Parts: sequence; C-alpha cells; structure tokens
Amino acid sequence: MKDAFKINTKTIVATGLGAALFAVLFMFVKIPTGIPETQIQTAYGIGAFFAALFGPIAGAAIAFIGHAVSDSVQYGSAWWSWVVASGVSCFIVGLVMPKLHVEEGSFGKQDVLLFNVFQIIGNAIAWIIVAPVLDIVVYSEPVNLVFTQGVVAAISNAVSMGVIGSLLLLLYSKTKSSKGSLSTED
Amino acid sequence: MKTKLFDYIERDNFVYNLSGVTKLLCFLLLSFAVMLTYDIRSVILILVFSFVMLHISGIKLRQVKLMMYYTLVFLVLNFALTYLFAPQYGVEIYGTKHLLFTFNARYIVTQEQLLYQMTKFFKYAAVIPLGMLFLLTTNPSEFAASLNSIKVSYKLCYAFALTLRYFPDIITEYHEIALAQQSRGLDLSKKEKVSTRVSNTFHIMVPLIFSVLNRVEIISNAMDLRGFGKNKKRTWYAKRPLKTGDIVSVSVCAAVLIGTLLMAAFVNHGRFWNPFVYGWF
Repeated sequence: MKDAFKINTKTIVATGLGAALFAVLFMFVKIPTGIPETQIQTAYGIGAFFAALFGPIAGAAIAFIGHAVSDSVQYGSAWWSWVVASGVSCFIVGLVMPKLHVEEGSFGKQDVLLFNVFQIIGNAIAWIIVAPVLDIVVYSEPVNLVFTQGVVAAISNAVSMGVIGSLLLLLYSKTKSSKGSLSTED
Repeated sequence: MKTKLFDYIERDNFVYNLSGVTKLLCFLLLSFAVMLTYDIRSVILILVFSFVMLHISGIKLRQVKLMMYYTLVFLVLNFALTYLFAPQYGVEIYGTKHLLFTFNARYIVTQEQLLYQMTKFFKYAAVIPLGMLFLLTTNPSEFAASLNSIKVSYKLCYAFALTLRYFPDIITEYHEIALAQQSRGLDLSKKEKVSTRVSNTFHIMVPLIFSVLNRVEIISNAMDLRGFGKNKKRTWYAKRPLKTGDIVSVSVCAAVLIGTLLMAAFVNHGRFWNPFVYGWF
C-alpha cells in the first residue's frame, strides 16, 4: 500500500513545477464553452493529473500556489476563497493516489472510474460547499449568486478534470513499462 | 505574454528596504482587517493608506495598469451580478428599507443595497494595492525566505521558490511548443471550430507536461544528490535581518487590524456598520 501523505524530494519538486505549469495554463489555456464569461480551465485537468500521481499534499499545494500566483499576476492579489477551494478540490483528487498504479503502467477502465468518482466528489465539495461558504463568510455575497457560480464552476472543472485528467493519465501510463511485461527466454 | 510578477526593479526607498517577512505580515494583517470588517469607513481608510504606500514605493502606474484594468472588469461584473441575483440583500442585512426608486416588484433600488454593494466593491478593491505592494516590492528570491520566517514548512517554501523560478521558463516553453505546432499547421485562432481548437490545445499540453515531468526527474535527482531535506531547518541566502522600520510597520498594521476589530465589537454592534439603525455618526 502506498502512503498518500509521504513526502520526498520528488514530491516537492513536482509540487513546485506543477504549480508553475498550473499557473501558466490557468492564464493562457482556457477552452471557451460558448456561454459568455465561462471557460473551461484546462489547469484543473493538470492539477488532477499531478494529484493522482503525487498525492493529496502535492495536489493541494499545486492548485493553491498555482491559482494564487496566476491571480496575483493578473489582478495584483489573490481571491482567497477560490484559491482555497482550488486547493481542496485537488487535495481530494489526490486521495485516489494509493489506489492507482499509473507508475506501473496500468490505468484501466476501473481506474478511470475510480479517478472520476474522486474528482467529481472533490469538485462538488470544493465548489458547491467550500467556495460559496467562504464567499458568504468573508464577503457576505448573496447566497443564490455564490451557489449559482459554484455549481457552474463545479461542472466546468469536473469536465476539465474528467476529460483532460483521464486522458493524460492514460497517456502517461502508456509510457511506463507495466509490471511483469518482460519474460525470460527458454 | 509578459509577466508582471517578475517586473522586479530594485529601488532604494522605505518600502523596498523593508524585509520580505514584514511586507508579508503587513499584507496578511491588513487583508484580514479588510476581509473581516463591513465598515466602509475603515475599508476606504485602508484603501487610501495602501495607495499612499504605493506612491511612496515609487511604483509606476504603467507597471500596474493592466492589473487594475482586469480587477475593474471583475468588480463591475460582480457589482452587476450581485444586483441581478439579490436586489434586496441590503434590506435583509441592515433591517431597514429606504427606497430610492423602483423598476418593478423585485428590482428596487434602496439606500441599504447601495451601501452594501459599495462596501463590497471597496472591500475587494482595497486588497489589490496591498497585494501589488507586496508582490512588486519584494525580491522574488526573498518570498520563500519570508514564508519560512512565519513558520511555513521549508519544504513547502522550497516548492514555492521552485514555482517562481520555473514559471517564466514554462511560459517560454509553452510559447515555443505552441509556435512549433502552429508551424506544422495547427490552428489555435478563432477561425477554427471550437472542437478542433480543443484537440489542438491538447497537442500543446501533452509535450509540455512530459517535458515538465522530465525536469522534475532531473531537478529532484540534483537536489537529492546535494542532500536536500536531510535536516529539520535550513537557512536562506536572501533573508534580511529585521530593522526598526520593520517592527514599526508590523505594529502599525497590527494596530489597524485590532482597531477594526474593536470598532466592530464596541462601536458598530457587529461586522456591519449600520447607519440606518444607529445613525450616520
């Protein structure tokens, strides 16, 4: 059993670079949905991908730092309620890490399902509970407004994680040689 | 695609000479003050104070123009959405109803709603110059050291330092891959259908991610070879010792936070400054 909360040098470096990648994609690579002012953030797909590979702590830190950096670069300061929610969503996705064996080259139908169950739960908790509640507590935003925004964000981020995250994990698992793929010649 | 975060130019004045940890603490203290209070007077006072500091630090308007523009768009959108979703929320908060004019049964304009929305507008706006002040006057190499000074685990600080170090590199790499793919005929502009653009974006992301994963391997090996993470503590090259100015600044910001809390507890009867019930003065 892999320990989801174990941290080594590779986790730290993956966190640092993953957060930089997250911030870059957050700023430059958005997919328009057709609804004005609503875009699918590809960054969450990357966040989920790194979280599934390196665990919940790396996932949370990647989304938190990445979101805070890109907000700061664009606006001068971060919107903390949404930054925290980003961290929470990738933390929950990261909890799936000990159950997957992507590094050993396997990412089958069952793993795809498992990954998506975790990411949907993560997005629901982060965007329909954490972000709106923080917005109400800190900024006294109207309740119906923040929950509407939350549901839209949860759906679009779940799409991003589900499509981009799953595809990346599948591609990555293909680059790893699977366990027991070598056989001895007689 | 210039990134303003790294528009750091060393200057010699009061704000620049403060230690990074001071600026981080002041930023956090004042942000908390702004977040906690719903008293437009305190919020505007902090807003004015941070603009004065921005002026003292000698940051030029052209450095922050783009950020201010983005923020203004966000604030105006939030202002409009708030009214659209909850036109009578102010009445609910302040408990009174001073009607100004009426559009229809749901969309009325009250003094309470105006005060609520104006306060919220300035609450968001006040954090922006604070953030800019912290970001633009702190040497990027000093960020991690300051975070570590307020007891954030140094491993996490190191991850943050790596983020800042590789952020520009990854932007450059993203750009190079995008150009290379475009030269092979991949269209990313608005001329292409949305579905095609999505799959074209994927053709940029995949090489980018695999190159990042390669870098992770190389950098973590290098760090392991140098014994990273062996000890419980580490020292920072960019850390600056605290001076009198640092202690004074942190004290002033702490006083502002305590002041707004005391105002809420003893003068305003809660987080909201309610002139409709308790009078304007």
